[in-house]
Amino acid sequence: MLLQIKNLHAQINGKEILRGVNLEVKAGEVHAIMGPNGTGKSTLASVIAGREVFEVTAGEVLYNGKNLLEMPVEQRAREGIFLGFQYPVEIPGVSITNFMRTALNEVRKYHGQEPLSGAAFLARMEEKKKLVEIQSKLTNRSVNEGFSGGEKKKNEIFQMAMLEPQLAILDETDSGLDIDALRIVANGVNALRSKDNAIIVITHYQRLLDYIVPDIVHVLFDGKIVKTGGKELALELEGKGYDWIRKELETR
Amino acid sequence: MADDTRNILDEVTGKEYKYGFVTEIDTEFAPPGLNEDIIRFISEKKEEPEFMLEFRLNAYRRWLGMKSPEWAHLNIPPIDFQSIIYYAAPKAKKELQSLDEVDPELLKTFEKLGISLEEQKHLAGVAVDAVMDSVSVKTTFSDTLAKHGIIFCSFSEAVKNHPELVKQYMGSVVASGDNYFAALNSAVFSDGSFVYIPKGVRCPIELSTYFRINAKNTGQFERTLIIADEGAYVSYMEGCTAPQRDENQLHAAIVEIIALKDAEVKYSTVQNWYPGNKDGEGGIYNFVTKRGICKGNNSKISWTQVETGSAITWKYPSCILQGDNSVGEFYSVAVTNNHQQADTGTKMIHIGKNTRSTIISKGISAGLSNNSYRGLVKVTKRAEGSRNFSQCDSLLLGDKCGAHTFPYIQTENKSSIVEHEATTSKISDDQLFYCQQRGIDAESAIGLIVNGYAREVLSKLPMEFAVEAQKLLSISLEGSVG
Ligand SMILES: Nc1ncnc2c1ncn2[C@@H]1O[C@H](COP(=O)(O)OP(=O)(O)OP(=O)(O)O)[C@@H](O)[C@H]1O
Ligand SMILES: [Mg+2]
Repeated sequence: MLLQIKNLHAQINGKEILRGVNLEVKAGEVHAIMGPNGTGKSTLASVIAGREVFEVTAGEVLYNGKNLLEMPVEQRAREGIFLGFQYPVEIPGVSITNFMRTALNEVRKYHGQEPLSGAAFLARMEEKKKLVEIQSKLTNRSVNEGFSGGEKKKNEIFQMAMLEPQLAILDETDSGLDIDALRIVANGVNALRSKDNAIIVITHYQRLLDYIVPDIVHVLFDGKIVKTGGKELALELEGKGYDWIRKELETR
Repeated sequence: MADDTRNILDEVTGKEYKYGFVTEIDTEFAPPGLNEDIIRFISEKKEEPEFMLEFRLNAYRRWLGMKSPEWAHLNIPPIDFQSIIYYAAPKAKKELQSLDEVDPELLKTFEKLGISLEEQKHLAGVAVDAVMDSVSVKTTFSDTLAKHGIIFCSFSEAVKNHPELVKQYMGSVVASGDNYFAALNSAVFSDGSFVYIPKGVRCPIELSTYFRINAKNTGQFERTLIIADEGAYVSYMEGCTAPQRDENQLHAAIVEIIALKDAEVKYSTVQNWYPGNKDGEGGIYNFVTKRGICKGNNSKISWTQVETGSAITWKYPSCILQGDNSVGEFYSVAVTNNHQQADTGTKMIHIGKNTRSTIISKGISAGLSNNSYRGLVKVTKRAEGSRNFSQCDSLLLGDKCGAHTFPYIQTENKSSIVEHEATTSKISDDQLFYCQQRGIDAESAIGLIVNGYAREVLSKLPMEFAVEAQKLLSISLEGSVG
């Protein structure tokens, strides 16, 4: 099992957001998490990545059998967890090239590998830039500074491609993308897809799932995963909205 | 600010100063204290001509009648000028002919600081004047430079070998009574660097002076004089460190730059004097007067400084833009941490027509430190069509430090444009988390973010210096968040 979440509770400023999440992700799988606004999807992603403003009050998160909750943020990243942010932040003056080089070499160091040579690094940049169809114009600029919404999202996928994580969590990477960009982002994700990796996509829209076909779809509602199904569940949600789930829960 | 980021801040700002070692070396001292006899002693030691002694005594008498300046945002404890030693020199044989004659301990000291005095070891071809305590130890590449007619030597040598140049220009930009610390320097200065670039000569290599305070209880008072004759160009760099000591040491320097018609001087500093410990004990008081004059038309002076050291820094590298169409630039990154205080900025005095100046100042404060930008832009009546642009940014790391901006603008004519912009920002938890999520630990992340913040200024440094400066920024600060 790559990721195992058991009865996870988390709060912020005393307000409980996650109220007993259970989730299992195996290597090779693609999961989609859907759910109404404000139900805790981004919070779940943040807690997995290790954001400390969220306090875990109960439960367990295992990653490759290791207790994830004990690891500092950067160690989780070096262990292969990648979070594609819903709102990527700007870092003025730090070029994407410099940023990625620092990140990649930190990850390599953690695994006892030598830093990549300049040439090898640049070759990798070129390859991945092609994959997500972004221009050098962009990678020479400061991280996310002045990027359009879509450019920011593409940059997230570019970074994912560079770092080749084992578990990628993409938080609404599709929102704000035009149709072409959506296809490009999906290509990036599908290129990463392998029997050793897993991907969790958080999305509001079924259309992304036409490009990235999930194995399993979950509905997160009020801090809990209340429904799990195959890809047809996404279609059902698209058609019916979330009200029927709410009703179903009430009658239970 | 989240608790974790506060912890990171505390951890990282506790970094040790890595140049704090002391060299055991035979040193000759003057007795502590300041009076006319001491000044005569210094002048005699240096076998100076009469005009120098007069210059010194004159300055001393002015100094006696002056009072230490008071700035609103610097808290300067009283300095006991009678307990300071005004002359300390590593004992050496007279007139060094080759490097073999330099005390090996001294060479080791500079090697340890990453400054090689052996010319063949200079990859980038940077000529170095190394000054330890009061005396210039060794100047490299002087012979090569001499072929172009360039004079690059210690101030003492210049006094002996080029008295007419010294006489003409010394004190012409910073008068001996200019301010309290300038007067003190003029009275007791021991050594420093001298540069003269002849007409039409572009200096082929970077010139640099490395200042090192070593001896205890001493003050360092060096003086630099750079003259670029008509159409000349030179890029000059200055670096400095000092041992770690519990008591404060005074450094009061003067730098004067003269750019004649069509000449250009680029002056870069990486200032890393010992900043004191975490609790604010010890550290250098860095009170420096740096000023350049664009004397001729179309001349240019550019100051770039990276200030990371010293307990207290008080300096305003300035430009007097006298020649028409002359250009003054000031690019500064000033970092303060722990209990450090910095009050730094520039003065741009527009006198000639169509003169232009640019000021880019990036202040970074962490710990309990205070960081002030103080700048004057003065456009006189004559200076028609002049322009200034100033950008003063402050970055706060943590919530116990202070950043202040004091721009003074005086314009006496309507055809000139003066623009001033200022921002204050913090490293956000979001930025830090973003970096950490990519595998970069908090320390490195802060180094990265701060270097990014200062990039516009760092990019103005000569290559040889830029890398060192980037590392220094990371070391001085890594890890502070707001
Ligand atoms: N820093 C915070 N401080 C206070 N409340 C927060 C904070 N972060 C999240 N919350 C609250 O937690 C709840 C869940 O937010 P979260 O961002 O996880 O929702 P989401 O499911 O990702 O929603 P969306 O679909 O709109 O992105 C919301 O009510 C939100 O207001
Ligand atoms: Mg969200």
